[in-house]
Amino acid sequence: MAANAVATFGANAPGEAMADTLKTHSTPTILNWQTLANSTLAWRTLSFLLVFAIWELGSLTGFSIAFPRASEVSLAIWHMLMSGELAIAYADSLPPLLTGLTITVFGGVIIGVSIGLARGAEWFLMPLLVILQTAPVSAIIPMLTYVYGISDTSKVVAIVILGLPLVALNSYKGIQATNKSLLEMSRSFLLSRADTIRLVILPSARKMIFAGLRLGVSGAFIGIVLAELLITPTGIGDLITYNRSIARYDKMFAAIVSILALAAITLSLLQWVEDRLFGVGSKE
Amino acid sequence: MGRRPVVWRGVKGMKDATMTPSTLHDLDVILKTEDIGVEYENGTVALDGVSLDIPEGQLTALLGPSGCGKTTLLKVIAGLVTPNRGTVTVRDTAIDGPGRDRALVFQDFALLPWATVLDNVAFGLRASGVPRKVRHETARHYISEVGLSGFEDKYPHELSGGMRQRTGLARALCVQSDILMMDEPFSAVDEQMRRKLQEDLLELLKVERKTVIFVTHSIEEAVYLADQVVILSGRPGKIASIVRPDIDRKGDVDVIRRQPHYVELVDEIWGSLRRYVE
Ligand SMILES: Nc1ncnc2c1ncn2[C@@H]1O[C@H](COP(=O)(O)OP(=O)(O)OP(=O)(O)O)[C@@H](O)[C@H]1O
Ligand SMILES: [Mg+2]
Repeated sequence: MAANAVATFGANAPGEAMADTLKTHSTPTILNWQTLANSTLAWRTLSFLLVFAIWELGSLTGFSIAFPRASEVSLAIWHMLMSGELAIAYADSLPPLLTGLTITVFGGVIIGVSIGLARGAEWFLMPLLVILQTAPVSAIIPMLTYVYGISDTSKVVAIVILGLPLVALNSYKGIQATNKSLLEMSRSFLLSRADTIRLVILPSARKMIFAGLRLGVSGAFIGIVLAELLITPTGIGDLITYNRSIARYDKMFAAIVSILALAAITLSLLQWVEDRLFGVGSKE
Repeated sequence: MGRRPVVWRGVKGMKDATMTPSTLHDLDVILKTEDIGVEYENGTVALDGVSLDIPEGQLTALLGPSGCGKTTLLKVIAGLVTPNRGTVTVRDTAIDGPGRDRALVFQDFALLPWATVLDNVAFGLRASGVPRKVRHETARHYISEVGLSGFEDKYPHELSGGMRQRTGLARALCVQSDILMMDEPFSAVDEQMRRKLQEDLLELLKVERKTVIFVTHSIEEAVYLADQVVILSGRPGKIASIVRPDIDRKGDVDVIRRQPHYVELVDEIWGSLRRYVE
């Protein structure tokens, strides 16, 4: 076979040396500072402990009675978990939150991607999204009561208004930012439009889409809290307002911490989904 | 994989490897551009009346000052840019877009950053409908042919410029088109690597029967590699002249590069190009 006689195109290229350097990054066998420093869990625990300590020390100076110690808040969380207070509040907050998040995540991506792909839709939807993203949308949340009353619908709408534009805009930008040269390359290799979207455009927009999703999820949590503080005094928002009114600041902070924790968990879940879909630390 | 017999440059009807025809009439023209005119939307006239014959099985170099329309001409031939006037015909059939008969190696490599070398190379066959296994087999074959064996699972950002270039080349070879186009194929690498890649390309083309059209800024490269050097003048891009170097490529590379004929040609082309640069 003539193929075997082929010049091995650049067999002694500098490339070989590189292969070796790539391999030298072997992992050490014993647990040392290096591996510990690389572990995100270790870093997270450390930063959590640091915040906790600063909070504890800071409130010990007693600069405000409305600022309970971290340990008091932890205790309050424990009591509220046991008494079922948190469970009751979340029974009210979770259903609209889940509905709103679902619409934000899927609706946002679908709308953003569609606008990015279909040139025609751009002029129609973009101004609306930009206004929703930049305007102080929280100001119009009280007005939702006029339309939807004191209902879960109001909460869902508040969530979607605050979250979806961020997801849609970032998805749109991600699609638009697709490298022109990659598109040309796909065309030159006769790739169908559907395959180009699936194999080139979406993977290249993925980082932006997930960045938008993270912002959108944060927005959604702001939405649910605002809605419950401003329009429908129920659920977790009510727990915050009520405990403030009776000066139980430890419980008020406990409620706030619980919703922050939930938001953090949701964001980690998002990260997990991204890793599952594209492989952990998938390459640049 | 079955291979065709090794014939120097695979020129039809030529048995003697040392024979180089000096007139176009002896050769079959595989691709023809006729009176190509390209005006971009912003009013830039990139090409104005470019008519060119590409002989089958030979290397054609497009040479000219920066901005004279070399990339544009290559993209017109690739079917990526539709000219405002004129036609491109491959074996007497007018093209209307990219086709299986032509493959392009991109100047900026255009590799998918999230895909491995193997997937990037196999990507060229994505649209051909062959099953994944066959795609990967073919890809592996060409990866080894360009000397990248062992790097199948690396990502583009783990590769040097020269290796990315080879990846792009392997992807273009994968589709087994008759015409291979390269836009400044060796511009992203240092001089040493450039020489090496040039040699490798010539070696590779002894096995792969291809018609090659490549863009270059380097007169030496054009004269050394090409059977036909097309010199373009800028604004708007036109063909200034066509030179057929007729270099005897047998023997030592350094000896070839010191041939009086070679040196003369380089000087001559430089002389004619200088007029357009000034
Ligand atoms: N997409 C485009 N839109 C408008 N003008 C363009 C476009 N692409 C190229 N041009 C212009 O057309 C002319 C020819 O460009 P082209 O890229 O073909 O030149 P080139 O010979 O490949 O240059 P270089 O050697 O620098 O790569 C230039 O003046 C350039 O500015
Ligand atoms: Mg160019």
